[in-house]
Amino acid sequence: MLSSAPLIARGLLITLLVSACVLLLGSVIGVGGGLGLLYGGRPLRLVVRFYVDTLRGIPQLVLIFAIFYGFPAIGLQVSAMIAGILALSLFCGAHVAEIVRGAVASIPRGQTDAALGLGLSFRQRLRHVIFPQAVVRILPAWVNTAVEIIKSSSLVSLVSVVDLTMAVQQVVGRTREALLFYAVAAALYFLLNFTLSMAGRRLERRFSHA
Amino acid sequence: MYQFNWRPVFDNFDLLLKGLVLGIGIALVSLAIGSIIGLAAAFCRVHGARPLKFLAAAYVELVRNVPLLLIIYFVYFGLPLLGLSLFDNTWSFVLALSVYAGAYLAEVFRAGIEAVGKGQIEAARAIGLTRLQVARHVTIPLMFRVALPSLGNTFISLFKDTSVASAIAVPELTYGAIRINVNTWRVIEVYLVVGLMYLAACYAIAALLRQAEHRYRVMH
Repeated sequence: MLSSAPLIARGLLITLLVSACVLLLGSVIGVGGGLGLLYGGRPLRLVVRFYVDTLRGIPQLVLIFAIFYGFPAIGLQVSAMIAGILALSLFCGAHVAEIVRGAVASIPRGQTDAALGLGLSFRQRLRHVIFPQAVVRILPAWVNTAVEIIKSSSLVSLVSVVDLTMAVQQVVGRTREALLFYAVAAALYFLLNFTLSMAGRRLERRFSHA
Repeated sequence: MYQFNWRPVFDNFDLLLKGLVLGIGIALVSLAIGSIIGLAAAFCRVHGARPLKFLAAAYVELVRNVPLLLIIYFVYFGLPLLGLSLFDNTWSFVLALSVYAGAYLAEVFRAGIEAVGKGQIEAARAIGLTRLQVARHVTIPLMFRVALPSLGNTFISLFKDTSVASAIAVPELTYGAIRINVNTWRVIEVYLVVGLMYLAACYAIAALLRQAEHRYRVMH
């Protein structure tokens, strides 16, 4: 049990690292994409819409395989971890874009009109009027997406990244202690995601009072 | 420059087509089994006694916060190590996906049950229906109409999740892609075709579901 602890700890760290990178990159893509859907010209809107609707209709695992095996075929060398992060970020970005679009679109038109009446520029409107209100509506859905991403990060083990799932799989293979180690992995994933959900709920309450 | 060669993909197209059909089949079976589990969990959570309530909540929260792949590994590798070798790889996956689906469907059904008005239930009780009859003839039919859109979305998610079955060599669509890729190394072609097949299937299912929703929508 104890001799397996370092391997599992390293796996957990990789899971955290992959998830954090995906959420960061995915959120940047998603906010950009969401704004593109809302305020872009017709060609940009069409491109982003195509990206969002395509990525949401393809399984994450297929995206990971496509990038991991596909990039070297066109001469781009990527490590398994980078391929996984890239694929999941594209997937995450599509979801976040839709969340951002929905949240901003749900803010009453009067808010924009009032901000226009005050003479605020486009950037000022976004920063001081639209975004503070949108965040409250984005947050719950974003936390759900984050939980999904942490769960999906286990798929990188299928391109041989030694994350938490792969680490536990190796330990079970060696020790044959299935119940114990699968329970450990489940507990770690659960704690991670449950904490995140709780933090999200708390933040949501705080924002909605503001 | 990458040279496209579609031949190997289309020569093995039956592999992909069979995989697609198997994936949809697995998603359907898992949706059915998951609905039974989910329905039971939802009733326990809403109307059950305290320990039942807690158990149902624990099941839902645990499964929803753990990766599907881990559940698959537990069923496929873990159960035999514990002396339970009942299933081949496909049925192991169906079992794992059903348990996974059950947790999501429990929440879908719970929202549905809670949306059924108290007045409806009281009226049914007043005309002398037993609790079981109320559930069968009033709560469940009404709940299904409320739950239909979420049920449809869950089905599409489950279908996409069947791709993870390739991890334990279930011959579904993604596994077909892996096999063609290994034999012919036409990576780009295979994944373009497979991606399109998933996409087309998802949109076809969504279109069918919209029609069903339209037919069974709740009248206000």
